[in-house]
Amino acid sequence: MTQYVLRRLLIAIPSLLGISVILFTVLALAPGDPFEELATNPAVPPDVRAALRASLGLDDPVHVRYFNWLFAMLRGDWGYSFVSRIDVDDLILQRLPTTLIVIGSSQILALMIALPVGVYAATRPYSIFDQIANTLAFIGFSLPTFFTGILFILFFSIYLDWLPFVYRSDIPGSGLPWFWEHVKQSIMPIAVLGLFQGAAWTRFVRSAVLDVIRLDYVTTARAKGLAERVITIKHVMRNALIPVVTLVALSMPAVFGGAIVTEQIFRVPGIGSLLITAILANDTPVIMAVTFVVSILVILFNLLADVLYGWLDPRISYR
Amino acid sequence: MAGSTLASPTASAGAPARKPVSPGLEAWRRFRKHRLAVASAVVLSVVVLAVLFGPLFWTVAIDEIDFSATLEGPSWAHPFGTDDLGQDLLARMLYGGRISLAVGFAAMAVAVFVGILVGAVAGISRGSVDAALMWLTDLFLSLPQLPLLLLIIYLFRDTLREWVGPEMGVFILIVLVIGSFGWMPVARLVRAQFFSLREKEFVEAARALGASTPRLVIRHILPNALGPVIVAGTIDVAAAIIAESTLSFLGLGFPPDIPTWGRLLFDARDHLDFAPHWALFPGGAIFLTVLTINFVGDGLRDALDPRRVL
Repeated sequence: MTQYVLRRLLIAIPSLLGISVILFTVLALAPGDPFEELATNPAVPPDVRAALRASLGLDDPVHVRYFNWLFAMLRGDWGYSFVSRIDVDDLILQRLPTTLIVIGSSQILALMIALPVGVYAATRPYSIFDQIANTLAFIGFSLPTFFTGILFILFFSIYLDWLPFVYRSDIPGSGLPWFWEHVKQSIMPIAVLGLFQGAAWTRFVRSAVLDVIRLDYVTTARAKGLAERVITIKHVMRNALIPVVTLVALSMPAVFGGAIVTEQIFRVPGIGSLLITAILANDTPVIMAVTFVVSILVILFNLLADVLYGWLDPRISYR
Repeated sequence: MAGSTLASPTASAGAPARKPVSPGLEAWRRFRKHRLAVASAVVLSVVVLAVLFGPLFWTVAIDEIDFSATLEGPSWAHPFGTDDLGQDLLARMLYGGRISLAVGFAAMAVAVFVGILVGAVAGISRGSVDAALMWLTDLFLSLPQLPLLLLIIYLFRDTLREWVGPEMGVFILIVLVIGSFGWMPVARLVRAQFFSLREKEFVEAARALGASTPRLVIRHILPNALGPVIVAGTIDVAAAIIAESTLSFLGLGFPPDIPTWGRLLFDARDHLDFAPHWALFPGGAIFLTVLTINFVGDGLRDALDPRRVL
């Protein structure tokens, strides 16, 4: 098992390098000088500007610049936000926990919807329940997150006036009421993300279970006289979950995309809304750093899924 | 009980005792059995026709400002209501729909083209080329698309705008970028199809007759691999429409004076309490289009891909 995890870790490194090359290429191909504002200042004479460029390494060959950039990124030296006037790594560390909490809870919600509904639908294929669940799942993942968010705001905030639609990090008070306020304002962002993912996964869980349920070992378990519930939970689910784990890992990029949108709709102060604000304010260091952090997180989750995969399916562990 | 259940209700519909029909007719027969898919195809055609020909009949200008009719709900004069400048929402949605659908189909074409290219090359060549291309595919699958999309558009928007004008520049950029993030499923599908098809007898026969590798790929293998690709392409259209709307909704897609559906939602967001219709109509249009495309894709899957590869 340790060997397997180590192997996976080694496989993750080329992916990380690949992503960093893509990011750097995009940045290097981009027209315009990232230091244009400094360099076009008329108070700075041309030779000083040239010296400044040389000292910043802007005239170095591309591969030298790439490695300089990569090592700076890996050291956590991500630069200085032009707008917020603080170091980018501090800024991101402030925002990251909120995003992770929202994403984490929404994924749990999505699994809590997808697993029971998908399994139940697959054990009764083409029943009324299955057809309704299937149609609802289709509707669920055809509703873009930004439209669900607006519908939720219209219904729960404006029509019913139950939930606040602006996320506040400075809620006064303490104890239970404070906690309750936080829960209330988190419900809509989490539900928007969770329902979308849940709908997409429900269909996948259903077809994964359908693939497993007709295998011979399930018939054997049934012939042994095991209760249907035991067969489904202990025999079918465990094998059906293996492809689902892969799917969950593969949909992490989409989840982060959805998080950016939901954070923007509900004004959740996470890294997604930080990214949008930075783009609107032309704050290049922040934009680069957020993209880099999200890429690393995606790879990290893929790694986690691989490890989980090895644990769920001992057959592949020692390959 | 469920021992012989297939993953799809119409998968076993190919009844053997019939007189032989052409593959196209057979596919159509299977597609027809998926009632929701047929209904969706009808609704989708209505949307496409309305967007294409609607502006010929509904001739209100999209930028006609009328301060005597701001934020009005639906009425006979303005069936979908008006926005905060009194501009007619139906006219704006018909215009924006053209762009949203054009982006969807163009990005799908890019994605399918790249996907077939990568998948076919990987599928026909073995060893290191295949491994390298699949590593690239997996790498692209684990890229965070939306942040990168935003980053690329942020960095390249102004240059392209200078080259080919604001509308065309952003259109080309968005289509290329969305397309280049959508080819991976197609590539994997094509590769998987190639792996099984290249060992089939008819390919062997063609090779024995002296067909070159490009001819084998283009004339013999590819046509047989197209079924799942068409299904994946359909889903790609829906994904591209959502991606474009998301960009516009974040205020980072087309310029503000081009009312794509996502942009209309972005503008409507600050007036939700007074003018919910402003958000509901374009949002509903996106939802309806994406939903019907997804259902059509599901029907096509039943019709063209009964073996359900992948």
